[in-house]
Amino acid sequence: MSAAGLPQGTRPPGGDGRAATLGGDHAAGSDTTALLEVKGLKKYFPIRRGFLQKTVGQVKAVDDVSFVLNRGETLSLVGESGCGKTTTARCILRAVKPTAGQVLLSDGGEMLDVATLPKSRLRGLRRQMQMIFQDPFSSLNPRMTLLDIVGEPLLVHGVGSVQDRTDRVVELLRLVGLRPEYMQRYPHAFSGGQRQRIGIARALALNPRLVVADEPVSALDVSVQAQILNLLLELQDRLGLTYLFVAHDLSVVKHISERVAVMYVGRIVETAPTEALFASPKHPYTEALLSAVPKPDPRARSERIILQGEVADPANTPPGCHFHPRCSYAQAVCREKAPVQQEIAPNHFVSCHRASELSLRGVHRPMAGGGLTSHR
Amino acid sequence: MPNATKPLLSVRNLRTSFFQDEGTTKAVDDASFDVAAGKTLGIVGESGCGKSVTAQSILRIVDRPGRIVNGEIVLTRADGSQTDLVKLEASGPEMRSIRGGDIGLVFQEPMTSFSPVHTIGAQLIEAVLLHNAVSRKEARRRGIEALRSVGIPKPERRIDEYSFELSGGLRQRAMIAVALSCDPRLLIADEPTTALDVTTQAQILDLLRKLQRERGMAIMLITHNLGVVAEMADDVVVMYLGRVVEQGNVDDIFHDPKHPYTKALLQSIPSIDSAPRSKLPAISGSIPHPFNRPKGCPFHPRCISSIAGRCDTDEPLLKPIGAGRQVSCFLYE
Repeated sequence: MSAAGLPQGTRPPGGDGRAATLGGDHAAGSDTTALLEVKGLKKYFPIRRGFLQKTVGQVKAVDDVSFVLNRGETLSLVGESGCGKTTTARCILRAVKPTAGQVLLSDGGEMLDVATLPKSRLRGLRRQMQMIFQDPFSSLNPRMTLLDIVGEPLLVHGVGSVQDRTDRVVELLRLVGLRPEYMQRYPHAFSGGQRQRIGIARALALNPRLVVADEPVSALDVSVQAQILNLLLELQDRLGLTYLFVAHDLSVVKHISERVAVMYVGRIVETAPTEALFASPKHPYTEALLSAVPKPDPRARSERIILQGEVADPANTPPGCHFHPRCSYAQAVCREKAPVQQEIAPNHFVSCHRASELSLRGVHRPMAGGGLTSHR
Repeated sequence: MPNATKPLLSVRNLRTSFFQDEGTTKAVDDASFDVAAGKTLGIVGESGCGKSVTAQSILRIVDRPGRIVNGEIVLTRADGSQTDLVKLEASGPEMRSIRGGDIGLVFQEPMTSFSPVHTIGAQLIEAVLLHNAVSRKEARRRGIEALRSVGIPKPERRIDEYSFELSGGLRQRAMIAVALSCDPRLLIADEPTTALDVTTQAQILDLLRKLQRERGMAIMLITHNLGVVAEMADDVVVMYLGRVVEQGNVDDIFHDPKHPYTKALLQSIPSIDSAPRSKLPAISGSIPHPFNRPKGCPFHPRCISSIAGRCDTDEPLLKPIGAGRQVSCFLYE
């Protein structure tokens, strides 16, 4: 990628001290070059015991995760609690330091390794990757006004004068659908959905290229979820953002992402374009996960796959494939050898010994006119 | 009642309000519905719609400064007699025998609803002893049986563990075991799977269905998740800001919704069946704060079919519009 194609926001603040303006300056970014490449990412947390705090074991929260995130696309990391999806996201942002592996972020034609970059260089890079948090109540400081909250990233990175920053906050609040007149108010005056908009405005303040959204709608009421999802899609189109979307709700994931990566106990078991993953999953865990989602249609009550047992303990993972104790298709090989990722269809990667022989059940889209599509 | 068979639980014109210094919150405002014996009633609504307070009112455990202002909650007992729970003393012996005896309760947060300083067994045995004249030994045996019936592996060992030693799914199973230990005829489950993962949720819902089949108990399932309701319920009550806006059987509610709120809610939820990256028809605005409750129909500021001069001044009443079907909306008058 040539330097000329670089979005404005990635340069240090210009001579006029003005932050990058909003608008289409990123919009050209939806080509297929990788913005982020994660290779062999591992994050182990030590378990310490006793007076001397000896390390007696390790929680393998993220265990050899690799994926590529292209410019302008949305990749979702899905999985159940404890599968390591949030830890993966935090490693990418270097909120925690990975144990091993590379997190390569494209910066002006070169790939910088976020995982090992010294702190001094990291600071500049942080402008390009921002986060939207799950809980809009605890992620906003109740003693700061909207102006302070949304303007803080600008202040931290020394962007512009006071007036410039206020102008930028006004612009950001309009962008996320809040009235700029409210910027002297405190978060308690806003509803959950509005607070999440504030969080989004804050994440966008520095014109990032990569936005990591960790469960951004799961704390919201159902009638408000749709508004926020629509807003995220709209912002992506307008600003050419790249999203890494971390979620457990597969219906939400289907609405927002181009590609989906399914995680189970620290590993990615399947990665595929959204439509392909939902229509024809190749990993038994994905199949079970899809089957477990209750459908808002009483006529669709069907025999679902009920997984037995519990999610494996990441401190004491089973040998071979992590999923084998709960997998109804497991064979001897699954208990002994960890499966290697294979490309079973174009862009469809799966880690399962039996992927090519199994025919698994996906979700089928109902016929047009039937079900829930025909009201109003 | 027009029906010959008496419903197990009949709630009529229930009003529960919280009297605070800032003002009065009508948490439940004139709610009426029936729970049929052996069936599942789903109560759906978003936060602040009064679904949990409805459950608390039925069990008479509404926290102060809240209290039941009006209405009746008639429970048909095992012997066919009827008791109005509103008239009973909240902490009196009769109510205490009903709570946990006739009516079992499962809460959302299995972590906080168990005591962390007592074992699962101590809490389970306490419930059994409270409602049955049996020895401690027998109570323990029943407790182990209850744990086994909800699918907890090695119940003889688990009964002496503390709640924090169990995983979320097991804890919720233990919670259900406590609720079922006295063979209730009605189980009130308040968001029983909200804190759980989808695969665990599927396990728990499956368990509830199985237990219902075996014991013939009625379930009142309170949830915000329309998928769970579609999966589980026979009848559905939709609530918004303390009011019942619509009720009917599950198929009618999902395939022929009448109230604009129900319609909009069904359209706005992301579904696993929908096309990827499609824009959702969202409901505008957000749920009003209870102190700023809109005049007239509580939904009118967000309603696309709102009639000016009518919906913003008068409150629509819940009226029957067909067999087993009721809706409170001026569009159907």
